[in-house]
Amino acid sequence: MSAETQILVMSDRDVVAARQQGRALALEAGFSASEATLIATAISELARNIVSYAHQGTVTFKPLNGHGGAVGLTIVAADSGPGIRDVSQALRDGYSSSGGLGLGLPGVKRLMDEFEIASRLGSGTTVTVTKWRT
Amino acid sequence: MQVPILKQGDVLIATIQAALSDADLLELRSALVQQVVRFRSAGVIVDVTAMDVMDSFASRTLLEISHMIRLRGADTVIVGIQPEVAFAMVQLGLTLEDIPTALDLEEGLAYLQHRSRTIN
Ligand SMILES: Nc1ncnc2c1ncn2[C@@H]1O[C@H](COP(=O)(O)OP(=O)(O)OP(=O)(O)O)[C@@H](O)[C@H]1O
Ligand SMILES: [Mg+2]
Repeated sequence: MSAETQILVMSDRDVVAARQQGRALALEAGFSASEATLIATAISELARNIVSYAHQGTVTFKPLNGHGGAVGLTIVAADSGPGIRDVSQALRDGYSSSGGLGLGLPGVKRLMDEFEIASRLGSGTTVTVTKWRT
Repeated sequence: MQVPILKQGDVLIATIQAALSDADLLELRSALVQQVVRFRSAGVIVDVTAMDVMDSFASRTLLEISHMIRLRGADTVIVGIQPEVAFAMVQLGLTLEDIPTALDLEEGLAYLQHRSRTIN
């Protein structure tokens, strides 16, 4: 169906643009308004992490059409920033290296159905999340 | 995206009108604190009805606004959190801690009036 789209993220304005685009794509794919808000919130957290810790990166949207009519949306937040030293620590509620609430990554994991993070010190971080339409 | 702040008696009403960037939120924080000082306001209402998401940064900034305004002896009420936004906040793990919330502007004003009556 629809193709992949990508947004370059390098400022707080781009964080807003990324989550608005994500919401629009989710609604287009038939997600409910409530699900679209969950997706937009997750994107906001991931895009902000890119700006805060890696300065720039990309958010890519991949609409999914699985077997048996399953419809989903995958979001890939990727950067070539400093990477995360201890990923399991970063996924813990309340851990923040920047005085934040430390709820971004663990919160995104709760908001989405699938969550995957790959990070290497010195070469960057990629977070891949998917939400399936109910 | 500037947030208009309206002065109504001793209450300030900030009405968010569209999605806000982090910089917009910080600007709102300083504008509100400045105006509370300038007008010696007793209460502040932040209307978030039009906010698309309430993520960790927005929640943290609203908490800061409420705490800073508390130091001036004034109360902050958040009004208009949409049901789906509230649902996402809960999943994310966010709370507005001790900030009072109300359904809408009218309820927010009633809350502040009630509070000032009980204090004076
Ligand atoms: N893209 C990234 N690149 C490098 N480090 C990251 C990245 N994303 C997250 N981190 C690290 O993981 C930690 C946890 O991230 P998380 O988003 O959960 O919390 P936070 O950003 O610190 O605070 P919050 O999101 O609640 O405002 C961050 O403090 C940071 O050290
Ligand atoms: Mg974060």
